[in-house]
Amino acid sequence: MTPNGLLQIGVFFLVLLALTKPMGAFMARVFEGERTWLHPALRPLERLIYRLCGIREDQEQRWTGYAASLLMFSLASLLLTYLIQRLQGFLPFNPQGFGTAHAAQGATAMTPDLAFNTAVSFTTNTNWQAYTPETTMSYLTQMAGLATHNFFSAAAGMAIAVALIRGFARHSSEKIGNFWVDMTRATVYVLLPMSLLIALLLVSQGVIQNLSPYTKAATLEGGTQIIAQGPTASQEAIKMLGTNGGGFFNANSAHPFENPTPLSNFIQILSIFVIPAGLTYTFGKMVKDTRQGWAIFAAMSTLFLAGVFVAYPSEQSGNPILSSLGIENHATATQPGGNMEGKEVRFGITNSALFATVTTDASCGAVNSMHDSFTPLGGLVPLVNIELGEVVFGGVGAGIYGMLMFAILTVFIAGLMVGRTPEYLGKKIEQKEVKMVMLAVLVLAASILLFSGTGAVVQFAKNSWLNPPGPATANLGNSGPHGLSEILYAYTSGTGNNGSAFGGISPNTPWYNLTIGMAMLIGRFLMIIPLLAVAGSLAQKKVVPASAGTLPTNGPLFVGLLVGVVVIVGALTFFPALTLGPIVEHFLMLRHQLFSLLVFPVWS
Amino acid sequence: MLQQFWPAVRITLVLTVLTGMLYPALVTGIAQAIFHQQANGSLIEVNGKVVGSELIGQKFSKPEYFQGRPSAAGDGYDAANSGASNFGPTNQKLVDRIKADSEKFRKENPDFSGPIPADLLTASASGLDPDLSPASAAAQVPRVAKARGIAPAQVQELVERSTQARQLGFLGEPRVNVLKLNLALDSTYPAKR
Repeated sequence: MTPNGLLQIGVFFLVLLALTKPMGAFMARVFEGERTWLHPALRPLERLIYRLCGIREDQEQRWTGYAASLLMFSLASLLLTYLIQRLQGFLPFNPQGFGTAHAAQGATAMTPDLAFNTAVSFTTNTNWQAYTPETTMSYLTQMAGLATHNFFSAAAGMAIAVALIRGFARHSSEKIGNFWVDMTRATVYVLLPMSLLIALLLVSQGVIQNLSPYTKAATLEGGTQIIAQGPTASQEAIKMLGTNGGGFFNANSAHPFENPTPLSNFIQILSIFVIPAGLTYTFGKMVKDTRQGWAIFAAMSTLFLAGVFVAYPSEQSGNPILSSLGIENHATATQPGGNMEGKEVRFGITNSALFATVTTDASCGAVNSMHDSFTPLGGLVPLVNIELGEVVFGGVGAGIYGMLMFAILTVFIAGLMVGRTPEYLGKKIEQKEVKMVMLAVLVLAASILLFSGTGAVVQFAKNSWLNPPGPATANLGNSGPHGLSEILYAYTSGTGNNGSAFGGISPNTPWYNLTIGMAMLIGRFLMIIPLLAVAGSLAQKKVVPASAGTLPTNGPLFVGLLVGVVVIVGALTFFPALTLGPIVEHFLMLRHQLFSLLVFPVWS
Repeated sequence: MLQQFWPAVRITLVLTVLTGMLYPALVTGIAQAIFHQQANGSLIEVNGKVVGSELIGQKFSKPEYFQGRPSAAGDGYDAANSGASNFGPTNQKLVDRIKADSEKFRKENPDFSGPIPADLLTASASGLDPDLSPASAAAQVPRVAKARGIAPAQVQELVERSTQARQLGFLGEPRVNVLKLNLALDSTYPAKR
C-alpha cells in the first residue's frame, strides 16, 4: 500500500460521509411528500405523470397491493425491453444496422434467449451482460430499452426500501404507501436531476454523448481504427447512481469513453454509494431516531473498509509468478507495480481495488478493472461482498432493506441468547417476520449454490440446443480452481443482482442465459416479496415501549452484533465453496502452480 | 393482480418517453452545445483527417514509436470491440504471453535492464488503454531515439513534457498518453524514412 493510495481511499470515504446527511434528509422529505427546493421546477412534471397514468396520489396500498404493482410494473417493462431488442433492426437510431443485413461482420445476433436474459437482467437491477454492447445493441435499444430500466429498477428499489421503513415507522396501520407514487417521486426528484448533473460532469471529462455512426480513423502507422460512438454519458450517470452497472461498452467503466479520467472515476464510485449511504439517514429520519440510521451506516462502513483493506493490499502485492518472470511488483513513483493485468494505467491499483469493492458492496456491478484477472484474494473480496447480500451500503434501496433484514435477524438471535421476545424500533419481532427473513436468506443461498453446483457438473449431448456439446465448464476461460470461481461468480452475481463477472466465461448460450436469468429473477423477487410481507406485518403492530431489557439498537454493541451476524451467515453458507475456488488458488499461486485449459471428451 | 397490469403498461410507456428519450436528448443537446469536443470522442485531426482519439489507444509496432500495452480488444486496439484477456493469475496462457512479450521487449530494447514496469506487459482492462506509466515510456526511450537518430535526452524530455501528473494532485496515477506523445515526436523530430 502507498501513502497516496491510502489518501485516495480516505478522501473518498470522507466525502461520502459528508454527503450522507444532506442526501438522506432530502430523500426523507421527498418520500414523506414534503416540499423541497426542487418542487417549484419539478412538481408539475410529477403531477403530469400521475395524470397521464391515472394514479391517485393520496391512495395508499396494503403490502399485497404494493407487491402486485411492483410485479406488474416489472413484467410490463420487461416485455417492452424484450420487444425493443428483438425489433431493433426495424427501429431508428441504429446507425450500425444491428439486427439488419447491414450489420458489420462479427455483430452478435439478438437471439430470443439473449433478449430474455438481458431484459431480465436490466429489470432486476442486475445488468449482467452476456453480450458485447458495441457489437450488439442499437442506440435506441441502449437508451429506451436498457437505460430506462436503470431508472425503473433503482426507483423500484427505493420504493421498496421506503415501504419497509414505513413498516417500522407506522403503527396499527394496514397501509405501507403507494408504489406508483413512491417510484415516481424517486425518479422525478432524485434520479433524474442527479443523473443530468452527473452526466454533464462526465462529459466534461471526456465521456461521449452523441448519436453519430462509428468513426473511422487513419492511424499513425497507416492502419484504420473504427471507434465506437453513442449516447454514453446519459446512460453512464444513471448506471452508477442507480447501482445498475450495465456498461455502454463491453469494457464497462474501464473503457476510456465511459470513464476517461481519475476524476470521472471518483465521481462514478461516489455515485454508486451516495444514495445507499443517504438512505441510512433517511431511515433514521423516518423512524424518528437518526442514531438508528447512523448505527446501520457504521456497520456498513466497517464491512466496506474491511473489504478495501483486503482487496487493495492483495492487488498491490501482485502475482509472484509474474515477478519471477522479471516484472516489477513494487510500486515506484513512476509505475504502479502490483497486479496490472486487466487494469488501466490511469486508475492504477488503488482505484481498481476501491472500485471493485464498492461496486460489489453495492449491487452495482460496473467495473473499471477485470475481476477475473485479480489475484485470488483480491477477487475473493468482490465475490464475498455479493454473497453477504450486498448490504454494505448496497444497491439503491436494496442495500438498506437487505441490511434491515439482517437487523431483524440480529435482534432475533440476541433475543434467543437472553431468552426475551426480540424488539426492533419498538416493534415485536415475531414468528412471521423471522420466517420471512429466513426465507429470503435461504432462497438466495440455495440459488447460488445449486446453480453453481449444477453448472460445475452438467454435460450436454451432441445436438443439445442449450449449449455446445460436452460439459458446461467448457465455456470457461480459465481452468483449475479459477474455473470454479468463474462459475460461482456468475451465479452469485446473477442471484445477488450485481451484474459484474469473472468475464472469462462465455455466457451467451441458452443454458447460461436461461439459468442466470432464473437466478436473477429469484434473487430480486423472492427477496422483495417476503420483505414487503414483513413491512405489512410490522405496520400493523402496536408500539411496545422500551424497557430495561430492550437491546438498544443505536449503539456500538448492536453495530458489532450486526456485523457479526452478516459475516457469520455469509461465512457459514459460502465458505466451503470459496475454499475450493479462490482460497485454494491463492495457495497454489504461492507455489507457482499453473493451469492449462483441458480438452473435454464429448459425451454423446 | 392483473388489474394492475394496464396501469403498469401506462407508466412504463410514460417513463420510457421521459427517461429513455427526453432525458438522453436533453443531455445530448447540452453536451453538444457546451462540450462539443469531448461529447464527440475527443478526436484528434491532423491535416483535416481524423487520426484517432486522445482517449483511445492505438496499435504501434514500429521502433520509432512508443508502443502501448498489450491489448485484448479484438485483434488488438479494436475500438469497436473493447475487452480484456480475463486470464486468471494461475492461467498458463497468461504466463506464456508474458514470457513471449518479455523476450521480444528485451530484444528490441537491449539498453533496458532490470525488472520491466508492471503495466508494460500486462493487458489493460479495456484493451484500449491510451496510457503508459512514465517508467514504461522511459524504458523505450533509447530504442525510439536510436530509430529516429536523435539523442535519448531529447526524447526523454518530450516524455517528461507529455507526462500527466495525478489529477487535482492526488487522484489516479501519473501517466503518459502514447498517441499524443507519438504525435509530438512526429512533429518535433520527424522520422527518417
